[in-house]
Amino acid sequence: MAPVTSTRRLLAGWGQTSPTVAEFVAATSESDVRATVEDAGPRGVLARGLGRSYGDSAQNGGGTVLDMTGLSRILSIDATTGEVTAEAGVSLDTLVRVLLPLGLFVPVLPGTRQVTLGGAIAADIHGKNHHVEGSFGNHVAAMDLLLADGSVRSLTPQTEPELFWATVGGMGLTGVVLRATLVAKPVESAYFLVDTERTRDLDDLMARLQANDDEYTYSVAWIDLVARGASTGRAVLTRGWSARADQLPRRLRSRPLHFAPRTRLTAPALFPSGLLNKATIAAFNEAFYRRAPREERGAVQGIGQFFHPLDAVANWNRVYGPRGFLQYQFVMPFGAEDAMRTAVERLSAAGTASFLAVLKRFGPGNPGLLSFPTPGWTLALDIPVTPELGRLLDDLDDLVLSAGGRLYLAKDSRTTAEALHRMYPRIDEWRRVRDRVDPHRVFTSDQAKRLSL
Amino acid sequence: MMDAVGDVQRVLVLGGTSEIGLAVLRRLAGRRRPAAVLAGRPTDRLDAVAAELRAEGHDVDLVHFDAEDRRTWAPAVEKAFAGGDVDVVVVAFGILGDAERAWQDPDDAAALATVNYTAPVTMGVDVAARLRTQGHGALVVLSSVAGQRPRRSNFAYGSTKAGLDAFYTGLREALRPEGIRVVVVRPGFVRTKMTQGMPAAPLAVDADRVAEAAVSGLRSGREVVWAPPPMRYVAFVLRLLPAPLFRRLPV
Ligand SMILES: Cc1cc2nc3c(=O)[nH]c(=O)nc-3n(C[C@H](O)[C@H](O)[C@H](O)COP(=O)(O)OP(=O)(O)OC[C@H]3O[C@@H](n4cnc5c(N)ncnc54)[C@H](O)[C@@H]3O)c2cc1C
Repeated sequence: MAPVTSTRRLLAGWGQTSPTVAEFVAATSESDVRATVEDAGPRGVLARGLGRSYGDSAQNGGGTVLDMTGLSRILSIDATTGEVTAEAGVSLDTLVRVLLPLGLFVPVLPGTRQVTLGGAIAADIHGKNHHVEGSFGNHVAAMDLLLADGSVRSLTPQTEPELFWATVGGMGLTGVVLRATLVAKPVESAYFLVDTERTRDLDDLMARLQANDDEYTYSVAWIDLVARGASTGRAVLTRGWSARADQLPRRLRSRPLHFAPRTRLTAPALFPSGLLNKATIAAFNEAFYRRAPREERGAVQGIGQFFHPLDAVANWNRVYGPRGFLQYQFVMPFGAEDAMRTAVERLSAAGTASFLAVLKRFGPGNPGLLSFPTPGWTLALDIPVTPELGRLLDDLDDLVLSAGGRLYLAKDSRTTAEALHRMYPRIDEWRRVRDRVDPHRVFTSDQAKRLSL
Repeated sequence: MMDAVGDVQRVLVLGGTSEIGLAVLRRLAGRRRPAAVLAGRPTDRLDAVAAELRAEGHDVDLVHFDAEDRRTWAPAVEKAFAGGDVDVVVVAFGILGDAERAWQDPDDAAALATVNYTAPVTMGVDVAARLRTQGHGALVVLSSVAGQRPRRSNFAYGSTKAGLDAFYTGLREALRPEGIRVVVVRPGFVRTKMTQGMPAAPLAVDADRVAEAAVSGLRSGREVVWAPPPMRYVAFVLRLLPAPLFRRLPV
């Protein structure tokens, strides 16, 4: 077998904050993956998808990083059961494009379609439908995992529940997902019927969500964190359902499953560097809030508009400038509304220049041992890095901890091992499973080292 | 690895009893308690510093080396990295020496050159190799304004700092493509034990001010840090002065 070639490369997460150098191997076959894992040096190896995790989850300084995006074939689709088997490096964007014409839809979509199947499993990602349909792992029927010893294990939640649920949410630390079978859901169109409401403040928002969120398949609120005083936490709430063909306006009815995302602009053209500051963000947020209808029912929206308003701008992460930014996302259980309010107040009082924050209600979690979603409220926001930020977020960690909440590994770039271990009560169980399949920690990441995973 | 907001997990201080080195460690720590590796001569003072840091909540490892004894340098670096990745290495050891003896007594001159130049350069080479192996890390090096234009009053010392500064400035460029950062810190007169009894020069600072500047430089991506910041203009002017004028300055 030909040796797999690698190049030394500086790799960072989407926030561009803590780059490290690794041997970068572009795998194109299972045997590439196996050879790379078997050749792994003392600093280990890690699979990487499209690098959309914000922090240091997908990097492995001094070790090897396996680029999985070259393994991106779709292997089979069963249009009747919705079962799709594909290699782990395929993007959800590709899956959406291929499945829609067949009347199938990816069951969980995050805020960007530019993530891989493997990355979606490893982070057990959630979308706007978590409150009723759960996270990504709930929709995975099977996967093939390449282990530290080079062997491949076929996992299903029925036959190998332990390793399956240690891998879902396991951040690439149990092995390399080679391929997986996802159960897509049937849809009649590529459109959504959307109800939009503007809320006065955070309490108003949470009350509306508590009242009738479960009537909607998809639900998310955008909070304006620049607004202060009485309007602290004012938001635009958008909720909806996948549209049936007969609910579409006439002009769309002839091709209900048509999906053609617009070509992407690049960020620098939109935001010359340095343009992003408190004033421009305040103006942006104000416009976003004002532009939204006070109340609107049943508007027809496409996938891009409804799911990924930011995907239309390629590389928008660069607008935050060379020092990078991070995303802070936590969940707090139902009943912790006071702590939630405190968190929102602190964030808006700190005046961290931030675009809109996203708030959502999570439904029940799944058996994933390190899976993030648990029933409650989740808040996510981008924050450009400033000197005082570390302290503000350490304090918020304390608040999250005392409310019984947790942070999301796919977004974290700065918490402590101690805090994280307290947030994930099943972490010891997860470590036992991991130690069994990878006793020598062949699979590791900068994040795993930082947080002693 | 230095995280997104500049917090670190393990710091190596070469010159483990250096006031500036320890001030850098404490500034880097903030409210967290990164592990510390203190490298220095096996003295009571080193043990006392370790005890103090442990009381503050740091995990402390001690590594012994003597800047005058070359045989101790490489093993010290090796041992410091054996305990895990090092996120920041602070090169903080050095001596002032006796300015008049240092240019008249060959042994004095050699000792000053060894401690202030040969040792930090040799150890810097070892440290750089290890940072490259781990794929991340940063170096903070205590240079001095005295190296910018050595004066009659302490030019032997100034010459060692000039050499040190040049080496690490070059190392910074060599390590740049690997994502490893080198911050060269150029303080003016620092009020420490080392300078006790000497008349403080204008723009004198204390160790913590130097540390603050060094750490903010490290976190914001600056490559050269002056302490206090106006020192850069002073140094700029001093470098431009014609020799006859420079000679007559009371500094
Ligand atoms: C704009 C934006 C919006 C987002 N919105 C959401 C959201 O709404 N909900 C949400 O949950 N997340 C969201 N995310 C985060 C993103 O969905 C996750 O970080 C996801 O894991 C990224 O997938 P990736 O392919 O880029 O993986 P990477 O970032 O490359 O890797 C992430 C992790 O997956 C592991 N991994 C990747 N491939 C494999 C494999 N084949 N086998 C084993 N492990 C593997 C890596 O080791 C790493 O630990 C968002 C990110 C961005 C940039």
